Amino acid sequence: MPDLGLDVLFKGKNMLRLLGGLWTAVEISLIAVALSIPLGILLGIIMTSKNPIVKAVTRIYLEFVRIMPQLVLLFIVFFGSTGALGWNISGELASVIVFTAWGTAEMGDLVRGALISIPKHQYESAAALSLTSAQTYIYVIIPQTVRRLIPLSINLITRMIKTTSLILMIGVVEVLKVAQQIIEANRMTSPNAAFGVYLAVLLIYFILCWPISLLARRLEKKWG
Amino acid sequence: MADELLTAEHLVKRFDDNTVLDDVSLSVKKGEVIVVVGPSGCGKSTLLRCLNALEPIQGGKITLDGEAVVYGSKNLAAIRQKIGMVFQSYDLFPHLSVLDNILLAPVKAQKRKKDEAAAEAMKLLERVGLADKAKSFPRQLSGGQKQRVAIVRALCMHPVMMLFDEVTAALDPEMVREVLDVMLNLAKQGMTMIIVTHEMQFAKAIADRVVFLENGEIIEDTDPNTFFEHPQTERAKQFLNIFSFERSKKDEKN
Ligand SMILES: Nc1ncnc2c1ncn2[C@@H]1O[C@H](COP(=O)(O)OP(=O)(O)OP(=O)(O)O)[C@@H](O)[C@H]1O
Ligand SMILES: [Mg+2]
Repeated sequence: MPDLGLDVLFKGKNMLRLLGGLWTAVEISLIAVALSIPLGILLGIIMTSKNPIVKAVTRIYLEFVRIMPQLVLLFIVFFGSTGALGWNISGELASVIVFTAWGTAEMGDLVRGALISIPKHQYESAAALSLTSAQTYIYVIIPQTVRRLIPLSINLITRMIKTTSLILMIGVVEVLKVAQQIIEANRMTSPNAAFGVYLAVLLIYFILCWPISLLARRLEKKWG
Repeated sequence: MADELLTAEHLVKRFDDNTVLDDVSLSVKKGEVIVVVGPSGCGKSTLLRCLNALEPIQGGKITLDGEAVVYGSKNLAAIRQKIGMVFQSYDLFPHLSVLDNILLAPVKAQKRKKDEAAAEAMKLLERVGLADKAKSFPRQLSGGQKQRVAIVRALCMHPVMMLFDEVTAALDPEMVREVLDVMLNLAKQGMTMIIVTHEMQFAKAIADRVVFLENGEIIEDTDPNTFFEHPQTERAKQFLNIFSFERSKKDEKN
């Protein structure tokens, strides 16, 4: 049997270290998601405004964050804030900032889409029942919006977790970085370690993201 | 004039430069049932929507129970509590059960105790034969059942009057009756109502007054017997002929 370098994984604390790196990635995604959801809901509501200036500004923000590769955003925030502004922010913080900015934009667009898909007569029958517009949003519109949103935002979470593989580029020790370190350390004893270790990384991402995708699909069927 | 519950004086409603209501005046006495008929697009729905300020008006004045009804005004929510409205499209909230649909406004807008409102809601559901559906969701109901729930939802607010906009128009024929019966019962109990409908037999049976609207103007405003048997205007005659023509065609076939 060819040497796939799988043995390296079971050496010392290597598996634990990989999982530790995974936790860093998941932690950053979770914080970013937790911030993106309320901010995105707010942005989405603002985006349905009829004011053309508000519309234009939010649209530009959305397009900008979407078009820029996440890696470039990470570099701008991490190196830019250190170099240009003289702040010394950690790679983790820079990652959270970028992922939140991105997540808020994506979430905002999802919320906007969900809001405009609620039929007009839902607003009207609430008004005819003498609910104020705040009450209409809280009890009628937002609960229906959330049902449409949950599957979509779960998909956004898996996209975020996957994209965290970029943050090793600004020095954050996440899964991929740990994998590189393990491969480096074992270059002499197991030259084939790269294959085994990256295979493990692939499996880790799959095991993490697949159930989340399945859940999203189920909720979509249930509420869609 | 003391017993006039709702008055609309010289209403003018435009969408851009399309005048949909042109100097419409209407008054409704307490306990009166007014049926509004007229060809499609003549402004019936718009009239009802203006009466509880779902639409802004460009001229005229609406008064309910002595208070002015003004689009966007602060006390609009308080005024709307007095006017129940049921629309043609099923407008129940899909994410709430039948009971929660009914309780939302009494509890949140009127700040009533949930238990007390729920007890009343159950009594009202019982009256329209839907007590066993309290826990169901709107998607599990037929069109006729949804409309009966929508009526109960409006009634649970203790309105002083009700507006109905073609509530049976989207229903299969066999479900029309169950909804109309609920409205007939309301009329018996003395509820003040303005009803827009294309069901002429029903209009004849329930109306104290028939208002014929065409092109945004009230052409006739009279008792049902006069309107259906001796319409005063040529246009009302033509309008009623549409319905009798349908009947004579069927007769020919048999
Ligand atoms: N939101 C709107 N914007 C622009 N025009 C409108 C709007 N709502 C209604 N109209 C116009 O106002 C006129 C009256 O419409 P309305 O819905 O009141 O008619 P209706 O008598 O209820 O007709 P139907 O019997 O088909 O329900 C129509 O010409 C319609 O095109
Ligand atoms: Mg209409």
